[in-house]
This record gives sequence, structure tokens and C-alpha cells, in this order.
Amino acid sequence: MRVTDRLARGLDAPICLTWELTYGCNLACVHCLSSSGRRDPRELTTAELFAVVDELAAMQVFYVNIGGGEPTLRPDFWELLDYCVANKVGVKFSTNGSRITQATAARIAATDYVDVQISIDGADAATNDAVRGDGSFATATAAMERLAVAGMRGFKVSVVVTRENADQLDDFVALASRYDAQLRLTRLRPSGRGADVWDRLHPSAEQQQRLYSWLIDRPDVLTGDSFFHLSALGEPLPGLNLCGAGRVVCLIDPIGDVYACPFVLHEQFKAGSVRDEGGFAAVWRTSELFTSLREPDSPGACASCGSYDACRGGCMAAKFFTGLPLDGPDPECVHGYGEAALLQASPRPLVGAGHSRPVLVALTRRP
Amino acid sequence: MTAYALHPQVGLRDEQFGALAYHYGNRRLTFLNDERLVGVVRTIGEYDDAEVALDAAGVPASARPTYLAALARLQQSEVLVARD
Repeated sequence: MRVTDRLARGLDAPICLTWELTYGCNLACVHCLSSSGRRDPRELTTAELFAVVDELAAMQVFYVNIGGGEPTLRPDFWELLDYCVANKVGVKFSTNGSRITQATAARIAATDYVDVQISIDGADAATNDAVRGDGSFATATAAMERLAVAGMRGFKVSVVVTRENADQLDDFVALASRYDAQLRLTRLRPSGRGADVWDRLHPSAEQQQRLYSWLIDRPDVLTGDSFFHLSALGEPLPGLNLCGAGRVVCLIDPIGDVYACPFVLHEQFKAGSVRDEGGFAAVWRTSELFTSLREPDSPGACASCGSYDACRGGCMAAKFFTGLPLDGPDPECVHGYGEAALLQASPRPLVGAGHSRPVLVALTRRP
Repeated sequence: MTAYALHPQVGLRDEQFGALAYHYGNRRLTFLNDERLVGVVRTIGEYDDAEVALDAAGVPASARPTYLAALARLQQSEVLVARD
């Protein structure tokens, strides 16, 4: 059996997972996957975070991608980082850079077990700030400067490819190399607040084709396997070219709920909670949702397309949030089947405001 | 005579198909799709000669060139380091 087929059936433990520590954020990016803004009063406590790390270490999860929200807003963030490193769980965390001081930059640079990615969504302030808010480009590049000064080599500059920045790819490479960093590109998903802007911000078909050729020529640009739907254009892009949701990756949200991937924060893709009996391991190994995701894919409407083996029907989240059936083409299918399907898609699922506004929890009154 | 050791920054995790090797420094994931190769990699630091390590793991002489090539590739991807 090919390794990718094995992986498609799921592993006993994730290779890595995304762990969103807080829904709190000092930015309000228009495409935020988790609709972040306000902290949730039900967030995991420090002791609960440490217990999750213990479990991940026991399962030999190699590393966690820590995000949010803005994870550094949690007062125990640096303590958690140290605890992960002490337990040999590697960390890569995503930040808007606002809390990267010269001192924290030095701390990050001092260990090989911690990597950081600074998010920007434009190669210049105007393009970036239109998505991430006024001043956010200056904040992010100042953080990059501090990391470079601290001697942190090869940190990541992370960009969500949009219609507005898809023609700036070479500028992003130049920017990253200025700080001795590595460029990482990911796909815009119609998830969270991204659902509101996807129609106007997702790259055009022409931009996608150019992106594919550009990536083929630059195997050193990281993508987190984000663009495997583009592999239907020719030779496969570097990576596993497989949807890893619930098979080799998953997401833990700030209140401990476990979802199939970072792009499907929706009841339908919630597998359980780390607060449930049996903890994370039980959710990963026995949840009904993850078990079903590990069954062989049905190509459905894509069965007769010669490219199915290359793109595997694309991204589950992109389909779900655009109202497309999960066993049909990706909305950005490079052969145009997605666009055609969108013309007769179901109503898009309601996503609500998430944590864009304060979270109200029912208060129980003491008797 | 070549001697190897597992790179100090590499974590190995057994899987049904063999093992996953993750390098915490360069953050690359490597797939070891052969149980015998996994056995060799796990014990290779104990031998001063890679060929002796292969013998000890029960690799038949006919397969030796394939395994030596695999070890050289693992060195290139920094899963293994060469020792003097």
C-alpha cells in the first residue's frame, strides 16, 4: 500500500496539529478562519493546557502549530512554550508580531524546538492593511526585524494568497529573504469571517494557474500542502497532496473542542473535546467523525474526471462553506467544475459572528 | 567503512507502515516505509560500521546495496549523521 493511502486511513496519533489558544485578538482580519476577536470565558486553564501537552508528548505528536486569535495575548503563552519544549513537543506559532519584543525574539531564537511565523497578507502596507488593519504591516515587519537581529534564522513569513496579493509573490520572496526568513503561502478558505470575503478575495482562475507554475519552480516555498487542488494542473506540487483532516492533522480550539482541521470550525466537524473522558487521545482514536473521515473517499461527482487522483476532489472546508457537496469538485477546481457547481450550490451554512463580538455565557446564580 | 548515528534532533515514531522521522531543526518529515530499515536506523548508532549494523538487523547480502543507498539518502536528509 502506498504511504499516502496509509495516511488516508489515519494514524494512531496526528503528525502535528493546530492548537488555537485563544479567540482573543488585537486585530480583526477580514478573512479570519476562526472569527477571532474576543476571548472566550471558557478557554482552557493553564493546568488544562499542560495536561494536553502531556497527552501530545505521550502520543509522540511531533509538533503543534499554535495560533488563535493572537496566541501571545494569553498571559501563560511563554510558559506553555517552555512546557512544550521541555516535553519534546515542537512548537511553531503564528503571530501578528505585536508582542515580539527584542527579548522574546531572543527567547525564540535560543531553541531549535520553537519556530515562529509572522502573518502578512500584502507585500506592502496598503495591500496588507486592507485585510489585516491599519498599522499591521509596520507591526509585522518590525517583529521580523527583531527576529533577524536576535539571530533567528529561517522563521516563516506566512501569507494567505488572495486576489489582491497573488501578483506580489516575488515581492514576498524578496521581503522574506531580507530577514533571512522563509516564505510560506497558504490558501484562502471561505471559513470563519473568510466566508464573507471569499467571493471577492479568492484568486482568479488565471492567478491560480500562475501560482501553480510559480510554486512548481520554487519547491523551497512552503505551503503546508495548502494548494493540492492545483496539482490537477500537471505534475503534483511537493507534499503529500492529501486532505489530512482527522487523518494526520486536526485542530484543538481555545475551549478544548477538537475539530477535523483549522478550516472547519463548525458543529458538523467537531469530533469531541479534550475535556471529555479519555481526553484528546480518545477523541483522536475513537470519535465517530474521525473514524468516518478515515474511510476511503468517494469521488462522487468527480469520478469521471481524469484529474481526481491528482487533486482528490480538493478541500473539504472550501466545499462545505460554499455550499458544495463534499463528494464533488472544489469551488476552485482548476478545470472549472467548481464554478459550474457553485451556480447550483445549496445555501451556504450559517457561520455567525463567532468571537468577533463578546461571548455571552449563561451565569448560574449561587443559591 | 561508514558509521552513522541518528541525528540528535530527530524524533522517530513507529507506524504500521514503518516509521515517521521528524527533524526538529529543519522541520522536515521523512517516511521510512520498511520495518527492517527502521530497525537499522534505531540501532545504527551502536555500530562502528553500517554494514555490521545491516548484518545485525538481518539484511540479506543481496539487499545490502539498497539499504546502504537508503542510509546515504537518510544522511542527506539529515535523519542520520556520519560519525568518524
